[in-house]
Amino acid sequence: MDWLDWLLLAARVVVVFFVLLLSVILLVWVERKVVADMQTRKGPMRAGPRGVLVSLADGIKLFFKEGITPALADRPVYLIAPIVSMLPAFLAFAVIPFGTGVTLFGRRVPFQIADLNVGILWVLAMSSMMVYGIVLAGWSSGSNYPLLGSIRSSAQMISYEVGMALALVSVLMYSGHLRMTQIVAAQDRVWNVVPQLPAFVIYLIAGLAETNRPPFDLPEAETELVAGYHTEYSGIKFAMFYLAEYLNTVTVAAIATTLFLGGWRGPHPEHLAWLWPILWFVVKVLAIIYAYIWIRATLPRFRYDRLMAFGWKVLIPFGLVWVLATGAVIVLPDVYGRRPVVIGAAAVLAVVLLLSLLWSALARRRETVEAPS
Amino acid sequence: MLSEYLPIVVLAALALAFAVASLVVSSLLRPHRPTPAKLAPYECGIEPQRLPKGERFPVKFYVLAMLFIVFDVETIFLFPWAVGFRRLGLFGLVEMVVFIGLVFVAYLYVWREGGLDWNEPVRRSGEREQVGEALRAG
Repeated sequence: MDWLDWLLLAARVVVVFFVLLLSVILLVWVERKVVADMQTRKGPMRAGPRGVLVSLADGIKLFFKEGITPALADRPVYLIAPIVSMLPAFLAFAVIPFGTGVTLFGRRVPFQIADLNVGILWVLAMSSMMVYGIVLAGWSSGSNYPLLGSIRSSAQMISYEVGMALALVSVLMYSGHLRMTQIVAAQDRVWNVVPQLPAFVIYLIAGLAETNRPPFDLPEAETELVAGYHTEYSGIKFAMFYLAEYLNTVTVAAIATTLFLGGWRGPHPEHLAWLWPILWFVVKVLAIIYAYIWIRATLPRFRYDRLMAFGWKVLIPFGLVWVLATGAVIVLPDVYGRRPVVIGAAAVLAVVLLLSLLWSALARRRETVEAPS
Repeated sequence: MLSEYLPIVVLAALALAFAVASLVVSSLLRPHRPTPAKLAPYECGIEPQRLPKGERFPVKFYVLAMLFIVFDVETIFLFPWAVGFRRLGLFGLVEMVVFIGLVFVAYLYVWREGGLDWNEPVRRSGEREQVGEALRAG
């Protein structure tokens, strides 16, 4: 590597870093505006045209606010926690290809920070790391609400992580590669969302829970826990948690785009061939984020026991069954030919449908029998 | 091989520098006027009582952590299998059906024992009635 390579690498990293920061600033505004629109309000209007600078103004305000370290806090951990929660949010984005790349000064510059051969595992590792920041923040604050919030949050995140991993496994079986660029390349004819629609749905739901977004925002359920794990944080440290949370949302949407929606793929003209993939990528990410905001404006918050029950009793068994079904669909036609497998699958489906109908009929009869007493 | 990770190291360094710099600069610029009331933990005016630090949680969370380990390790085993899946063919599928089936039996057992219920585990309907009667009596 000579100096030009280093320069291009540094430029790539710096650009991605600041674009991510900027995207968070805009995303906070977009979310507030969209939610306001859905509730027939105007939302932020003061700072900048139509309030677009509102989150920048918030950030500047938080920057100059007094930082309070509670008397009972464990000081070093209390200081480290916001950093620990912010870092994995940036790092998870590193493996995502957001375009094809461009040739500058005779060097190939890929639109991706690092094309790791363990791409998906890196994403999983980073999403597990996010739990640390929250646990450390709640534990080190020396206060009851943050502690409760952080334990709840970690329990929620690890529960939904299993469902998320199962969704990723079925994508992996389909594409056969851990590398993100090859997963995108494998979607050149059909996006994964078509054959893997159930996995896509599992991933989106688990993603909501992983990023602590409504309706799974129990770690920050203000009616029960004040503000959850960041109750005792103020000023710039609070801003860092906020940043991490929105970065996670962007990252989860970007991963969903890459794994299920064909990444940067999309029809485009020959003119400016490097720019179009980026635009396609941004449009898809925005579509998923818009769906998340829509869900936030629509659904009330889950009750905690139902949240855990949904994760363990619905998502995990469904994910396991879907992994096996994907495997059967891929392998069995090669062994037995297409026809018997289709007939067999139809038979299995019919039996399952019949059983579920029978089951619900039985349950209804039991209810009517028990009701009078 | 490891040079693949170089850009990630650069990104991590940049993010870390950004975080540390904003903490330091902010601490130099912002006011610092602590009072005992400000530094007290967030409570509704009550003398704050500290939870035993990291020692006692509802036992439910421990059960959940153990279940998580079981299922997370299971999914970790699924990853190498999924990568080599097309080469393993029918053998791989049958093997994995056996493996997932075994874990699934354990899963059903945990479910029946109430390990997945967030509230107090209620095993059989008879017990539930007893608990209900005890509640009504008490």
